[in-house]
Amino acid sequence: MSTKDGIYYREGIPVPETPVEDGQPKFWEKTDIVGKPIARVDGYERVSGTARYPSDILLPGMLYAAVLRCPHPHARVKSIDTGDAEKLEGVKAIITAESQAVKGVTWKYRDTEVALIDPHCRFEGEVVAAVAADTWYRASDAIKAIKVEYEVLSYVVDHQQAENSSVNVAEEGNLLSDDEYSRGDVQKGFSEADVVLESDYATACELHTPLELHGCVTNWERDRLTVWESSQGVFGAQSRLAESLGMPLSKVRVTGHYMGGGFGSKLWPGKYTVLCALLARKSARPVKLLLSREETFLCVGNRPPNTMYLKAGATKKGRLTALEFDCAGPSGAFSAGGAQLVDWLIRDLYLCDNVSTRSKDLLINAGPARPFRAPGHPQGAWALEQMVDDLAYKIGMDPVEFRLRNIPEQSQARKGIPYTTTGLRLCLEKGAEEFAWQSSLAAVRQFNNANTHIKRGVGVAACLWIVGDGGPPSTVIMKLYRDGSVNLNMGASDIGTGTKTVMAQVAAEELGVHPSVIQIENADTATTQFATPSGGSKTVPTEAPTVRNAAIALKRELLRMAADDLEVGVEGLSYVGDEIVVRQNQSQKVKVTEISGLQKRGEVIGVGYRGPNIKGKVTTPFAAQFCEVEVNLRTGETKILRFLGAHDSGRVLNRATFDNQVYGGIVMGIGFGLTENRQLDGSQTGKLCNKNWHDYKLPTALDVPVRTASLPIEIDDPEANNTGAKGLGEPVTIPTAAALANALFMATGVRFTRAPVMPFDIVDQLSKQQKG
Amino acid sequence: MICLLSYNVSSAAIVCRGKARTIYSAGIKIPFLSQVTVKTIHRCASHCLQGGVMGKKDQEREDFAGVSRRGFMQFVGISAGMIGTSLFSKQAFAVAANPGMSTDMPTDSAIHIALNINESNYNMLVEPRWSLLYVLREIIGMTGSKMGCDRGECGACTVLMDGVPRYSCMTLAVEAQGVEITTVEGLMEGEELGEVQQAFVDNDAFQCGYCTSGQIIAVEGLLRKTADPSDDEIRKGCSGNLCRCGAYQNIFAAAEQAAKAKKG
Repeated sequence: MSTKDGIYYREGIPVPETPVEDGQPKFWEKTDIVGKPIARVDGYERVSGTARYPSDILLPGMLYAAVLRCPHPHARVKSIDTGDAEKLEGVKAIITAESQAVKGVTWKYRDTEVALIDPHCRFEGEVVAAVAADTWYRASDAIKAIKVEYEVLSYVVDHQQAENSSVNVAEEGNLLSDDEYSRGDVQKGFSEADVVLESDYATACELHTPLELHGCVTNWERDRLTVWESSQGVFGAQSRLAESLGMPLSKVRVTGHYMGGGFGSKLWPGKYTVLCALLARKSARPVKLLLSREETFLCVGNRPPNTMYLKAGATKKGRLTALEFDCAGPSGAFSAGGAQLVDWLIRDLYLCDNVSTRSKDLLINAGPARPFRAPGHPQGAWALEQMVDDLAYKIGMDPVEFRLRNIPEQSQARKGIPYTTTGLRLCLEKGAEEFAWQSSLAAVRQFNNANTHIKRGVGVAACLWIVGDGGPPSTVIMKLYRDGSVNLNMGASDIGTGTKTVMAQVAAEELGVHPSVIQIENADTATTQFATPSGGSKTVPTEAPTVRNAAIALKRELLRMAADDLEVGVEGLSYVGDEIVVRQNQSQKVKVTEISGLQKRGEVIGVGYRGPNIKGKVTTPFAAQFCEVEVNLRTGETKILRFLGAHDSGRVLNRATFDNQVYGGIVMGIGFGLTENRQLDGSQTGKLCNKNWHDYKLPTALDVPVRTASLPIEIDDPEANNTGAKGLGEPVTIPTAAALANALFMATGVRFTRAPVMPFDIVDQLSKQQKG
Repeated sequence: MICLLSYNVSSAAIVCRGKARTIYSAGIKIPFLSQVTVKTIHRCASHCLQGGVMGKKDQEREDFAGVSRRGFMQFVGISAGMIGTSLFSKQAFAVAANPGMSTDMPTDSAIHIALNINESNYNMLVEPRWSLLYVLREIIGMTGSKMGCDRGECGACTVLMDGVPRYSCMTLAVEAQGVEITTVEGLMEGEELGEVQQAFVDNDAFQCGYCTSGQIIAVEGLLRKTADPSDDEIRKGCSGNLCRCGAYQNIFAAAEQAAKAKKG
């Protein structure tokens, strides 16, 4: 079978029409490739070991770098002596605050600009020095040989103490912001309620720790810098680097075709990226700098711990009348959104006329936060979804039913802008049906009556994620080769979500080619087009319509050329399979690959831009998750029997990668709810106690549910964007922990308001309950 | 006998079938090699890892035994990682894998080791403290095995040693002698994927892909020991491999498919 035969998968079947100039592409009513669970286009590379991740890069003469970090939560570097380190075998360059190399080089923690190496270290893990040596081991030796004299300062690492602490993390004090929101009149709302409940909640600090270590390889060719960075966004990394080093963008090239996970911690580069470039320049050699695993627990971001208070009122008919919410959290040592978006679900998820929230962001002497998969939302869900359950029980109503009585059609937090579509009701209804919610309640009751110390429980939680519509800017270029195969050029990183595959499907759908003949170039600031970092669940809704626009632009160009060849007006032409035909006279046609313009030029390109989002409406993904747990009351061990994620993210572009996101998000939520907790030694040293995967516990193969199911709730959303897809990567992990907490309550009778809920917490609470 | 192969731009491997004597290296004269035939070179080349680039150079050379110093230098100049030799001189000796670079390795602490990796033999000088993972990735350039933590907690570095999954970050290179080491590259069948690898692709058993080679090796090791594992045995088999992306469910499905495929 020749390449040509394999390219066109729909012989003689009309390919979606190209719209007239400036028109909107037609909504795909039926798709042939989009939506199918096709295998990843780069699956071969990932399983064969041939995919080159940034940490895999090897260059001639390459050195290895290591960073010396402050071991104290708060200290000032008084003196630094690199004499011994300089004498070590194989050490080629050392940089400290006093080095010429860092003079004038700054770094931005969000809006706070600091010296790249600042003698005032505000957190354990702040940079003090960096070395490059010819082996990784020797770089590590050199770090240990650097003698530093610290003036150890007092610290504060508990955000609840930070506001009134005598220790100032920054000169301006520790309270960064104290924001309020309100609508309606909560006091009136409470007075109208038949039942009012209140509770405190708390969630722990969570660390991203993706499998691939943070790091990069940098190489200079005179004044041109090339960087291979494990990154969620090469263009973001490029601009940060160029800014720090004072270089034009055209002299900084960042590539990151593959990357081993980020979850928000690699949305932008780190001081290590700049240090690596400086070491490379100083030593005149390429340098590989990978953070050690311990360092990734200290200095590349976290989900802040949050303390929350929620008071809620409802009528006995199950309608919410008032929500009052207070939360606080630490940014870490620099402003980074310590309480960011924690209150969003309280503002927007359920119908409620009277809402007031207060959010406090505080500084502490610990690593600055970075956005972590759905910032703020799992924390807010932890409080809200448990409270909603408690209200339901109080009035004797089923928790699913209670939620169904409070479904908004509009974004109340945005003053009533309608959602383009909302699947919240369907997620709850269809999810409950698929999960067999009603019969499960009966089965659980029966099981618990028959058992003494093994109990079961089922739980539900719902959510939305603040953004689902993506948006400009983005540019994609699609190139048709002379033989009809395709090159797709886009800047977006594939962070593991299957972006490349999904985009190939969109291109294949629009062009009528087979995904296997689409060559993809991505994530290279020099050779691919601009894209914003892959995060915020905006990659699919941003890039997929852009890819479609590029394909349409390409087809427009081909239609124009065909019109010349056939000597007819372009309006009279249709794309049909691999040919362009005259609608009125189907025998008058030309094969796409035989269009003279394409043959002469050897290629035709189409440039697609991401257009603006619809005005006056907002696109948001919704979800409901259900779970069943089994708890051993004596040991506190929890076994998760099953989990179901019912997700409204608009059109499913690839069923396999969609489901995989649901499974993965649920695993991450299990970590947030049951196993993960960054622990700082508040009372003695302020240092991080668990900076390894032995003590900071990620869910393993033995912790995940026996069975996880994904139920996509697909609603046609032509207003979302021209593919109808909404973001998915974050909603999948928002309600998970809350659903678990609700199930645990049913199993144990204990309301666990502090996350994570570890076995000893369960046993501890149960014994307290017995005594009390 | 010695055979030189380069399989990627930045490093070259010397595959050694027997005990090598000495070779030339970057300006240092070392006693001569014993018999090497062009045929042997070709046999070694076909055994070696994918992407062998050096084959051509081998073919150009008619008579290896009578190799001119200049011709030989062309090979060695780009390698210098893998040398099986007894040193006769105390002076600093180029052992770094990366071309154009020298690592001063003191002769009293460097150890000559021979590793059998994916059915090929590698001779090299290492520091005693170097892990097998470091040697695989940074010295030989076989980057399929990944470094997730370098402290035996995540399994990204898992290789098979005599068919048993082991963490290569927790294995010293010097300890890894005398066993058959299999990395994810070694599961390939030419350019085609092995059964476990294919099962991973078919079941979308990865997301970012960084834990994937370790997972694949763990499953391969499991299936070599237990041809028909239960669900519990599959979970246990994968329990030494962390997946932060949470792709476990599909990994288990891939293991099931691979078990069936292996039974044929």
